[in-house]
Amino acid sequence: MAGNKGRGRAAYTFNIEAVGFSRGEKLPDVVLKPPPLFPDTDYKPVPLKTGEGEDYVLALKQELRETMKRMPYFVETPEEKQDIERYSKRYMKVYKEEWIPGPKSKKAKNTDKDTSLTNTADVLKKIEELEKRGDGEKSDEENEEKEGSKEKSKEGDDEDEDDAADQEEYDEEEQEEENDYINSYFEDGDDFGADSDDNMDEATY
Amino acid sequence: MTQAEIKLCSLLLQEHFGEIVEKIGVHLIRTGSQPLRVIAHDTGTSLDQVKKALCVLIQHNLVIHRVHKRGVVEYEAQCSRVLRMLRYPRYIYTAKTLYSDTGELLVEELLLNGKMTMSAVVKKVADRLTETMEGQYCSHAVSRGVDGKNMDYAEVSNTFVRLADTHFVQRCPVVPATENSDPGPPPPAPTLVISEKDMYLVPKLSLIGKGKRRRSSDEDATGEPKAKRPKHTSDNKEPIPDDGIYWQANLDRFHQHFRDQAIVSAVANRMDQTSSEIVRTMLRMSEITTSSSAPFTQPLSSNEIFRSLPVGYNISKQVLDQYLTLLADDPLEFVGKSGDSGGGMYVINRNDQAKTLLSDLDPWHEDLHKALGCLSTASLESVVQERFGSRCARIFRLVLQKKHLEQKQVEDFAMIPAKEAKDMLYKMLSENFISLQSVANLIERRQFETKENKRLLEKSQRVEAIIASMQATGAEEAQLQEIEEMITAPERQQLETLKRNVNKLDACEIQVDETIFLLESYIESTLKRQ
Repeated sequence: MAGNKGRGRAAYTFNIEAVGFSRGEKLPDVVLKPPPLFPDTDYKPVPLKTGEGEDYVLALKQELRETMKRMPYFVETPEEKQDIERYSKRYMKVYKEEWIPGPKSKKAKNTDKDTSLTNTADVLKKIEELEKRGDGEKSDEENEEKEGSKEKSKEGDDEDEDDAADQEEYDEEEQEEENDYINSYFEDGDDFGADSDDNMDEATY
Repeated sequence: MTQAEIKLCSLLLQEHFGEIVEKIGVHLIRTGSQPLRVIAHDTGTSLDQVKKALCVLIQHNLVIHRVHKRGVVEYEAQCSRVLRMLRYPRYIYTAKTLYSDTGELLVEELLLNGKMTMSAVVKKVADRLTETMEGQYCSHAVSRGVDGKNMDYAEVSNTFVRLADTHFVQRCPVVPATENSDPGPPPPAPTLVISEKDMYLVPKLSLIGKGKRRRSSDEDATGEPKAKRPKHTSDNKEPIPDDGIYWQANLDRFHQHFRDQAIVSAVANRMDQTSSEIVRTMLRMSEITTSSSAPFTQPLSSNEIFRSLPVGYNISKQVLDQYLTLLADDPLEFVGKSGDSGGGMYVINRNDQAKTLLSDLDPWHEDLHKALGCLSTASLESVVQERFGSRCARIFRLVLQKKHLEQKQVEDFAMIPAKEAKDMLYKMLSENFISLQSVANLIERRQFETKENKRLLEKSQRVEAIIASMQATGAEEAQLQEIEEMITAPERQQLETLKRNVNKLDACEIQVDETIFLLESYIESTLKRQ
């Protein structure tokens, strides 16, 4: 009953004076949209200091920003797996040193040497095998891998991973240029003529 | 940690180290110290990536590790240290003003890499200086140790030693040498220590050599295309003589320098050039006689000051005494007098404890705290004035003076109608007054502008690259003209505007940071008093 006093009349459910408006005063406009992201201010800011020193510090700052991005400490976010692997991506790789923190211990160096030796041995074996096989396309890939790992073992140290990748790219190109023609085509020189002749004989009707 | 601080840290980490490091760093700042696995779990990142991020952060002195009870190793981020990244250009520029290009590059390399051995940083800087000096053979260069076209290691070493002597660079804490008789199992992580006397001790190195030029066309016998082969900068497999002795920039020392500079320039503005030179001399003398952590410096007699004045200054002893009296009498109390022997003893006090100690001697002393207070107040007042108008500034000054004012009193004192007074008070309270928020905004705005114009920026970069490569291969003027026209005039205009805006925003960041430094120094000084 007492609660119906304000029925039909607009009444606040809280003490309006606590918020800071006195009774009967005009309330501010209703806000219809969020405030602008970069609103205009009433007072313009003070002009910036200018001078040789300030200019130099500014240039330093911008340079530093650029340099930081190229340092190995800037950890790139790994890209998500893409459905289609773009060919051009291989050639757009930016060279960045791999940073391995901490002092290089003797232990680490030794193990690298060992792996490099075994690598070379494996590599030589593989080369022999593949020569016998004489499968053109496959040998291309194998050659690339071998070149890559051979280069890797040559360097030996862990900080040259990207180095190797770059050299691998380089060697890939070289390989591809050399191998415009399928390896097997000229490999077994003795049988070259005979085989194809046989085939042709069979094919003609 | 306030939200504004965290936001700024996040932006700084992201700009300098990428998203992954930023995620880990911000997480640590928010949650406090945590062990490795908890970090990985809470942030949903792989253990590998967390390790990498932590390595980067620790390398740059932004995160430390601590062995907790029960042998758990926890990592803790230092928020205030992250905020220092904003100030890197200023540190580097200071090194340049004090120790010229060599000093500048030494400090720059240390800041970029966090920690480095002396031999590594000397070699790197020598290489860099050699590159910039290519073809700049002149007598001036010879006097700086450049033999022919290569920078000598010795010269760079000397500058490094000077930086260490004046405490601008310091050694990083190391793993303590454990005795063999230590029975227990090794701790999960070593606790790093460094003793005061070792901190600036330069190792005895005989760094002999010269900086190498990057271009090695004469050395490359196999004739392979250089473009595809990245040059090895570290060809040597020799053992590093000072392995394990790492150096870092000593930011506190730079801050001390900034403070001194601020005081000297304040004195210069308030009085005159000569007074500021006297104050600068006093500060320089106390630099050598006491370390920055001492409660107060040795008193300086006016005779000593007279002898230490810079060579060009030809003022007589009496004039110096007059200046000193003037400085001591100044209500700002920058300089204090503490005795009459030796022509008058003047004390520079960095700590208020000494003030009470010497109070019975009626001390005149250089009260750094007071000095900072005045500078801070002045800067705050001007900020209020510029941002909110002179009326707000009036209110602000009043509040500063009276400490507490009731709303009604503000109206009475400031003579502004009630409503407006309320309005302004509310405005000042609600506007986030912290400059940190401003800097965060500035960075965001800059990033926003850059993203908006990304396409245009990339285009202009490509065009520039094309022009450069064409020029290198000797293209005609007409062809170059054609390429340049690929960017239309309105695009050029847009680029110009963008460049201007970005420069302005960057400059703002730098200058707001100066204000932050001032206010923070004052707060730190106030806390030390208590």
